[in-house]
Amino acid sequence: MVEVNDLSKSYGAVNAVRDLSFSVNRGELYGIIGPDGAGKTTLFRILTTLLLADRGTARIAGLDVVRDYRRIRQLIGYMPGKFSLYQDLTVEENLQFFASVFNTTIEENYYLVEDIYKQIEPFRNRLAGKLSGGMKQKLALSCALIHKPKVLFLDEPTTGVDPVSRKEFWGMLLKLKQQDITILVSTPYMDEAKLCDRIALMQGGRFLEVDTPQHIIDHYPETLWSVRAKEMHRLLGDLRSFPGTKTSFSFGETYHITLGKSSSPESLQRYLEERGHRNVSIQPISPSVEDCFMLLSK
Amino acid sequence: MKQFQSFVLKEFKQIFRDRRTSLILLVLPIVEVLLLGYAITTELNNAAIAVFDPSKDAETRQISERFQASRYFTVVRELTDAQEINDVFQNGDINMVLVFPERFSEKLRNGEGADIQFFIDGTDPNQASMLNGYASGILASFQAEQAELFRQPYQIRTETRMLYNPQGESAYNFVPGVMGLVLMLICAMMTSVAIVREKETGTMEVLLASPMKPAQIILSKMAPYFVISVTNLITILLIATFIMDVPIRGSLFWLSVVSLCFVFVALALGLLISTIVDTQMAALLVSGIGLMMPVMIFSGLIFPLESMPWGLRWISDFIPARWYISAVRKIMIEGVGVEYFAKELGIIILMAVFLMAVAWKKFKIRLS
Repeated sequence: MVEVNDLSKSYGAVNAVRDLSFSVNRGELYGIIGPDGAGKTTLFRILTTLLLADRGTARIAGLDVVRDYRRIRQLIGYMPGKFSLYQDLTVEENLQFFASVFNTTIEENYYLVEDIYKQIEPFRNRLAGKLSGGMKQKLALSCALIHKPKVLFLDEPTTGVDPVSRKEFWGMLLKLKQQDITILVSTPYMDEAKLCDRIALMQGGRFLEVDTPQHIIDHYPETLWSVRAKEMHRLLGDLRSFPGTKTSFSFGETYHITLGKSSSPESLQRYLEERGHRNVSIQPISPSVEDCFMLLSK
Repeated sequence: MKQFQSFVLKEFKQIFRDRRTSLILLVLPIVEVLLLGYAITTELNNAAIAVFDPSKDAETRQISERFQASRYFTVVRELTDAQEINDVFQNGDINMVLVFPERFSEKLRNGEGADIQFFIDGTDPNQASMLNGYASGILASFQAEQAELFRQPYQIRTETRMLYNPQGESAYNFVPGVMGLVLMLICAMMTSVAIVREKETGTMEVLLASPMKPAQIILSKMAPYFVISVTNLITILLIATFIMDVPIRGSLFWLSVVSLCFVFVALALGLLISTIVDTQMAALLVSGIGLMMPVMIFSGLIFPLESMPWGLRWISDFIPARWYISAVRKIMIEGVGVEYFAKELGIIILMAVFLMAVAWKKFKIRLS
């Protein structure tokens, strides 16, 4: 459904997208995971015909993004990073407007957005600017879906949205997939990655790896340890100064580390206790997508 | 068509929901006409004058009385010494001093010729020339009467007559200028801000990625402002005719034709601005400084074009409003036929076509 070949785009000296090649299958939920500035938005804009690439080609449903931009614009749905709603129009007016822009009506494709729109329908006479982040996001998704697009591009749809709404949102994406809509979604949140069919880990305009989330996790080459102690702040410094530590990252309330071949968790425990740390706990854990990303992006 | 309709509807909703915008669009033009027509009037009433009259004979007294009786002047001081003339100007409370020679009556009768001097505060040249005009008028009518009374052969009659605007009514001058200003403001500034706002809030991104053609987006953005400008035009003309007594002497049809062509020029300018700036603030600044200022300066609204150096006058030829205002003056106040303002109309149409073409070409079908 989406074919990208050697795509490059730079802004002056900054290479936003570098020699990207990938393809997305029909009906797939494809996640592009990466931190801010990885080039996700630039990639999305090229694919939605809004930007011209410097080099390379991209095709959506067999149509070239440069030459056939008119026809592509008929069949894609796009939700940009900022929820692009009219703040001074009501919920219903927004949906109605976007429906008419795409030459359709709310009634025609209501079944598609029903699940999502039902939740904000009680507020349909409220101005979009007065909605919460989660509701804005649902409205924006409804607006992007109302014309039943073949390919849906969602650029960081969950940024700035509360955890509950984020979860609901991903639930909706999984449902949409069953409607034969191909979805490309970008996010900086690694925990959302495991819900995608395939993910691409993106940094510095390149894909570090493309695979199913499970494969990426399975291929994690090291044993990962989760370390905690009473004085977490001092612990990080000591972990880094331990000669056997290969990598160490702060991960929520713990530190995730990998150790070199010559050292063991027991020797680390001794090392930390010699330095006065108390309640030291070192547990093996299975890596998450974020751990994989950290390792790959080193 | 349905796309266009709902787009225009959406645009109107946005305009009327924002109280500030609707105020600017609908009330500002009225305020501007009334303000410029009444408050900032350039007519002079009761200018303070002083009189230095060393001869104190019947004629000089009569002349002084006539000045006093005129609604343009009030004699506030009698000077006793020629030295005082400088002082009263320095105090700043006197606009003009009337100076009679000694033995005025005698000089007048024996044909020697009597001179009256007007000392006028020239810091405001427009006002000064007006004072001069009024004063000469009073003197001329006095002379005319004297001439009939005494049948003196060598009396010089001066006559200054202001064509088309004999009373120097400033509203006559301002209404065409305000029309140019308001249309420029509404069409150019508001259109550019409305388009740039879509860029700023990111909705333009969605619109561009939609099947809507750029032409449709542009036309739907312009349509509401076109309608509003026509409304404003009608309001201004109604106020001008019924409240300010400015006549529409020429054809209403041609006035509408010229105005609509000018509206297209302004809309094209607004569109052009929106293609080069990215924020509403920048759009306001560019249209404010880039359009309003030249309109104010070069349109002859404040400074007469005739008194400008040729370089500036040359620049003014490129200001659309200058041609529009000139055409409106000819139609409304002079009431002349189309052959007299065909040049202005032609230039406005050329500008409209040219600017539309440029704006159209510059409007991007993609981001950046």
